[in-house]
Order: sequence, then C-alpha cells, then structure tokens
Amino acid sequence: MNSREITTQISKAADLLNLKKWDYGASFSNDYSVQVDKGEAKQLKASQKQILTIRVWNQSNLVGITTTSDISESGIQKALKQANIASDFGNKNETTEFSPLAKDPIKVKEVKKRNPVGIKKLLTVLREAEVKLLESHESIKSVPYNGLSESFFERVYANSEGAFRSYSKSQAALYLYARAEEKNKKPRSSGSVKLGYGADDIDIESCIKEASNKTISHLNYSTIKTDKYLICFSPDSFLTIINAFSSMFNARSIIDRVSLSNKNSIGEKLSTEALNIYDDGLHEKNISSTPFDGEGTPTKRLCLINRGRIENFIHSESTARIFKTTPTGHAGLGSKVSVSPDWIVVEKSDENFDLKTSLDHSTYEGEFVYIEELNAIHAGVRASQGSFSLPFDGWLYKNGKKISIKSATVAGDIKYLLKNIVNIESSQEVTTGGISPHIWVDELSITGDA
Amino acid sequence: MLSSQIKSNEIVFGSCNKDLLEEIIFYGIGLGADFVEIFIENTDNSSVLAEEDFITSVSPSFGRGAGIRIFKGKKDGFVSTNDLTKHGLMRSVSQAIEMLDITENKREVFNGLNKHRDYSLSKKNWINEVPSIHEISEKLLVSTKSLKKNNKIITRKGSYSRNLQEVIIASSDGTYVSDIRLHQTVGLNVIASDAQYRSSGSRRFGSSGMPNEFRLWDHEKASNDVFESSMNMLYADYVDAGQMPVVLANKFGGVIFHEACGHLLETTQIERGTTPFENKLNEKIAHESVTAIDEGISEGSFGSLSVDDEGMEPEKSVLIKDGILKKFISDRAGELRTGHKRTGSGRRQNYSFAAASRMRNTYIAKGEYSKEDLINSISEGLYCKSMGGGSVGATGQFNFAVEEGYLIKNGKLTNPVKGATLIGEAKEVMPKISMCGNDLELAPGFCGSISGSVNVTVGQPHIKVDSITVGGR
Repeated sequence: MNSREITTQISKAADLLNLKKWDYGASFSNDYSVQVDKGEAKQLKASQKQILTIRVWNQSNLVGITTTSDISESGIQKALKQANIASDFGNKNETTEFSPLAKDPIKVKEVKKRNPVGIKKLLTVLREAEVKLLESHESIKSVPYNGLSESFFERVYANSEGAFRSYSKSQAALYLYARAEEKNKKPRSSGSVKLGYGADDIDIESCIKEASNKTISHLNYSTIKTDKYLICFSPDSFLTIINAFSSMFNARSIIDRVSLSNKNSIGEKLSTEALNIYDDGLHEKNISSTPFDGEGTPTKRLCLINRGRIENFIHSESTARIFKTTPTGHAGLGSKVSVSPDWIVVEKSDENFDLKTSLDHSTYEGEFVYIEELNAIHAGVRASQGSFSLPFDGWLYKNGKKISIKSATVAGDIKYLLKNIVNIESSQEVTTGGISPHIWVDELSITGDA
Repeated sequence: MLSSQIKSNEIVFGSCNKDLLEEIIFYGIGLGADFVEIFIENTDNSSVLAEEDFITSVSPSFGRGAGIRIFKGKKDGFVSTNDLTKHGLMRSVSQAIEMLDITENKREVFNGLNKHRDYSLSKKNWINEVPSIHEISEKLLVSTKSLKKNNKIITRKGSYSRNLQEVIIASSDGTYVSDIRLHQTVGLNVIASDAQYRSSGSRRFGSSGMPNEFRLWDHEKASNDVFESSMNMLYADYVDAGQMPVVLANKFGGVIFHEACGHLLETTQIERGTTPFENKLNEKIAHESVTAIDEGISEGSFGSLSVDDEGMEPEKSVLIKDGILKKFISDRAGELRTGHKRTGSGRRQNYSFAAASRMRNTYIAKGEYSKEDLINSISEGLYCKSMGGGSVGATGQFNFAVEEGYLIKNGKLTNPVKGATLIGEAKEVMPKISMCGNDLELAPGFCGSISGSVNVTVGQPHIKVDSITVGGR
C-alpha cells in the first residue's frame, strides 16, 4: 500500500467509526548495513520497516493515538479503533489541533536521493577502510566498532482536512572507532563518523584519517590534576552541550516545568553579546534535514539566541497556541506531542568586542584544557537543574606541549558556562550534529582520575 | 479449505506454523546456509503518563515482524521484515543468503523441527488479566497526587508501560518454541524547587510475567521515597572532587557492576577484543568478597524469561566466585565465535535486531556485613544512596552519576551532596570491593546495547569500595 492508498484506507475506516477528524504520520524504510572484523564480514543486515501513527479526535475533541507496523487494511482498522478507545483518556487539560501551517508551501531544497550501492559494495568499502585504518599506525590493533550503512526512506503526514505531505530521501553513514594498544599503557580508543546522502558521497579517506589521528594522538597520556581550568570546547563538544540543554529553548519543557527558562524568558541575557545560536534544520550541510515536522509544519531556520539573549522558543502546534505564536516545525507526533531541535548552528555575532581573541586553539600558548568530545550525556546532564558532570576526551595544553588526558570529567552549570564564554573563534566547523566554532570558557572544574 | 491455505501461506499467531517454518528453513539450508533461525513476534503494548493531576498521554501500539538470521561459517546475515507471508519470509532468506554471497554446494542437514515447546500455554489469558487503562490511570493519578506533599514540589509525574510480546522461534537445529512475555513498569518522578535550589527524585519498579503486579504496587511507599529523596537533595552542596572510599547502596547501586563489569563479561566483548577479562577465566579479577551472578530464572524479576530469544532456557550463571572469573555470558554467535557455551542469554529488543549475549538479572551476592558496618569502617568518604545513569567507554572506563549522596565522616552519615560522579575502570575497581553487606536487593532497569534495549535487573547488597575517583566541583 502506498501513502495515497493509506490515506484513502484511513479515511474509509474513519468514516465507519464516525471519526470526522484524524491525522497520521508514516514512515517506510529499507536499511542495509555491514560490520567487519579484521577483514572478515561480521554481520550483514537488511531491514524493511513501516510504522504508522494515527491520531483521532472524538466527539469531545479529545485525542487518541495508536502506533502500528501493520499497514494492512485490517491493521489500519484496528489502529483506528484503538486510537478511538484511547481518545476517551485524551488530555482534557491541553487540547491538540492540526497545525495551522500543515498546508503551507514547503521550501524544499533539492532532494538528494541516491540509489542503493548494495551490501557487497558496502562490505568491500568497509573492509578496505578497516585495512587502511589498521595500517595507519602500528599501535592500532583493531577497529572494534565499525559500520557502513545506507538507508532509503519515505515520510508522510496527512490529515482529514486534506493536508498531505511526503518526501523520500537516502542517507548513508560510516563509523570507525579504532583501538590502540602499547606495552605498559592503557588501551586508547577514538573514532570518526561521516554522513552522506549515499555511500558514494561519504568521505571515507577523511573518516580513516580522523579516526587514526584522534586515536594516535591519545597514546601518550597523563593524568590531570583536579582543579579549575580555562576550557576550549571543540565545535562537536560545544554542540553536544547545547543540545543537552536545549530544554532552555523548548516550549514543551517550559510548560512542563522541566526547563531552566520560563514563559517570560524571551529577551533574557544568557551569554556574551557575541553569541548567536540558531536552529536550522534546512541548512544545506544538514544531511538529515526534513522539510516538515511530525504535525506537518514546515521546517525553518529559527534564531534561539541573538546577541546573547533568548530570541525564540521552539514549538509544536499546542505549545505555540499556549504561547500565542505560530508552530516552528519542531513537533514529534505522539500522544503527547514532543518538541525537539533539528540542527544547531552557533555563530559569532557582530557584537563581539568583549571577546579575548588571543584565545585560539591552534596558537594560544597558555595553559588550557581542550575538550574534543563529551561522553555519557544521558547520565551526566541534569537538564532541569542546569548542572552537568561529563567524562571527556581531550588534551591539556601546557608550556607549549599537548598531553592527552588519561581520564577526566568536566563539571559545571550551563548558565555559568554560557555567561563565562570568553572567546568564540571565527572559523566554524560542520559536524554531524550542527555547526559551531571553537568556544572558550573560563574556569570549569575538571576532575582527573588518579 | 480456504482457512488451511491461508495458514500455510502466512504466520498465524496461536496456530501451528510448523509446516511453513520448516519450509522456510529447508529453503535456506537448500541455498547453502549452515544455520537458519527465524524469530517472529507479535506485540501489544500500552503506556500511560500522568502529569500533576491529569492523564496527559495514553499510547497503545501493536506490531508484528520477523527477523531471519543465516550463518555461514562464523559470519551471519540478518534480515528483518514486517511481511509474515511465506513469500515475504522466503524473500528475506534469499536476501540474507545473497548478502553472505553463499555459492558453495556443501549442504547442512535439516531433519525438521522438534516437538513444539510451548511456554505460552499458561500465559494466553495475561492480556485479559492486566489492569485496564482506566484502572492504571486511576492509580497513577492517586500516586501523583500523593507526591504533592509541599509547595516545593513543582512537577509530579507517574508513568506506566506494559509490553506483551508473543514470540515464535524456529531454527535449523530443530528448535521450535513459542512464548508470551509480559513486562510492566511504573515510575514516579518529581522536581523540587526553592529559589535558586533545584533537585529531582525518581524511582522505577518493574516485573515480568505477573499480570497483577501493578495492582500490588505500593504507591504510597514509592511516593514517600521519591519525595524524601528530592527534599534531602534540595539544598545539598556540590561534592568536592577527589579519591575516597565509597559505600554504594543496594538495589540500583548494582548498575555500576552491570555497566562496568557485566558488559565486559558478554561474549560480544570478546568478539570485539574490548574486554580486559578475555583470557582471565579461573583467574582472580575481583576481591575475594565478590561473587557475581547473572540469571534469568528469578520469578517475576524484570530480566527473567522462560526461554531466551534463541530458544534456550536460561540458566543461572555464576560469573565470579569469590573473586575468581568463572564464566562469560554467551549466545549462539558467542559460542560459535569464542567457544564459550551458551547460557540462555541470547536477547534482543525486537524482531529487527539479531540476538546477542546480554545480561538478565545480574547482581553481586550478599555478604556478611550490615550497612552500618560498612559506613562505620570509613573515616571520610561518600555514601551513594541512589545512583543515576552511567556509561562505559570503549576502553572500559566508566562514569556514573550519583543521584542522592551523603558525606561519611568518622563512620557516620552527614551532609547530603550533589553533583558527584564515580569514575574508574572495572579492572581496577573490582579488586577494591572489600566488603559486601547482607541486604541484597534487586531493581529493574533497561539496558541498551548491540541488540537494542532489553529488560534487566541489577542488584547488590550495600558494598564498600576502598577507593574510587569521585568527580565533583
């Protein structure tokens, strides 16, 4: 059944149940992936998936929902019945409606959809990549975590008022995590992830080089003294921390009182005037971009922080209605509609006179800690309290030397961190999670593992 | 006539599918596979969320699908699909065979499926015995109401989820089993706030195979516990970082053993070459006070199962006995690739994952000391009453957040402290667990790894670690 046929089926089944108002989101995907172990294929995987989420509004305008992987005629009928039953328990305290933007025109960039290269080619490419990575340095003994995958999927949103949106695209991913071992030293591991629209678009050589360089650069390590340090966040690590505390910009979190912000926080100064942060799901470098959200609202670029002050929150239909604004294209379809950011872009604003521009990670000769990658985000971040304590991979720069840090955590408070940004470097870097320059923060606590 | 034709051409739950399954397996073996495994599931799930004094989300979901795994030598191809027709399943087998590039003529022998082992017989009525959405909603609302004990509590949440999974497993070694699994979990969360101070508290409870368990859940005790935890931590200072002895509480304190050591004892880690314990069988890897167990047989525990996802009944595996490594947790691929015998630990989140060696109910066995003995033995240290989440890096370093902690001074519990993180490596910390309490208790959790998220139990008595790095400010 294709997406138009599903819409027709749902419409017919809804009529039988006397359900006048409904919408649905569906996704259909075919995924292929390979893993290797020292030149041998380890696991080869293919999957065909379909997921349908249907919402219905009952006569009291309460919403019920059901999710199913059974997209047969009987499966759709069962899903509608279940959703109708669930609607008896719909949230009376906060109503949900269709997005007023669900029929608005969509600004879609050129859809880059590739053809499958096939499992055999994926395997050949990954085998070669593993060999090259193993050969890149004698201390690299294995590549325990590796994979090359390609996905082809279609997403659909439609509702009973005639909105219908769909798009299909492809995406490929390569990850290589090497393990290096040297006598009388602890094993060290690091890696790289690259995305592309198709397997042929992935920059395999740079993934190998990055995985190798990062792993080798940590071979000579040392403990770090527990203390407060000047910190330089890599683009990747700064984006990680901003995403972890994105509830500050999330209207759903604000309504649920799990955010550090409140309804009146628009205009609140969070950071130096030199800082701008956008959510830009449609950015041309965002390979995972989606033209509309779970409620059919078009995705768009939205300024979250303008010159250090909160400019906008991200919204679903219902949160936007409560805040008396318009949806922003950040909704995820569910019984309780979720809200989440798409792709964060961090920039230096024009108001950057107070920055200490001598702080440049490639030239600064004073002592600082460079945080390359933050780990264990799910465990070490307390978004509702604003605190974090996170293990990281990084280096201590001291006396002109760069020493890998054996094992350490960085701890602090997000509001303190944002307020204590002392430099935003000029050059931005594209990562899998967004775009950011290097960001310098004064005085964060580092605990070393003795 | 029409009915039997339909049955022979599509998997039908609750019916005998032997002929169709045999046909699929014969097809795979005939194409040159060494081994063919079919895992089919039908799920009926439901979740309910109560926030403050309202039900804000009721989410039923259902689905079905199949995962087909083909082995050739030590490599395997896995294909998952929602298409349970004969055509769909055969297409998946063909796809797996093609992926593995099987061309040789050598054929394994398949003698048909063994007698059906049906573990679901006594469980077919579970779906009618579990509480209704109405009943769940009422109890959740009573629970969130009872969390409203003062005006410092600014958010109150109660959540319930029920997963009913019907499975059929058949493979070319003759395995043919059916089962029904039921998991229920309920959790309470609060956030407390006063001026610039904020804290949170949460507890989760869970069971397997016990339809009535939610009705028996003591929500008053749970809400008191969550409330007290959040109040105790509301004005807590940040802990000072450093090396110190710690006492880890029982129940969810066992998450550290699970994450930091348990995963390193799964054969998937041997396959990757990422466990320091690979060649340490029958060697001392922990303090002699430590005996650790992984099993899937404790009645009602969240990680228990009648049969694993590869059709093997779970066993009780003593992983570490008096500090000596005795066993690894193994699945079919683990046995094939590492030689460690299967332990009934082949597990997966659902049909779209190939099974892997995964923990079930994993805990440190009880010792001889009281909780007070452990605390009295420390002049300056940290008591970790409640643990948050954690993770283990690719080289075995772990990091765990302490949700509720108290300083120990001169053998007594003193001030609450927040922001503590425990950092270390299993290889270095296991020999430092010098005292085990006599109060073993288990707690449910979800473990995410190579084959998805599975239900597990973690546990331990109170334990003392002589020295560990505590991250703080």
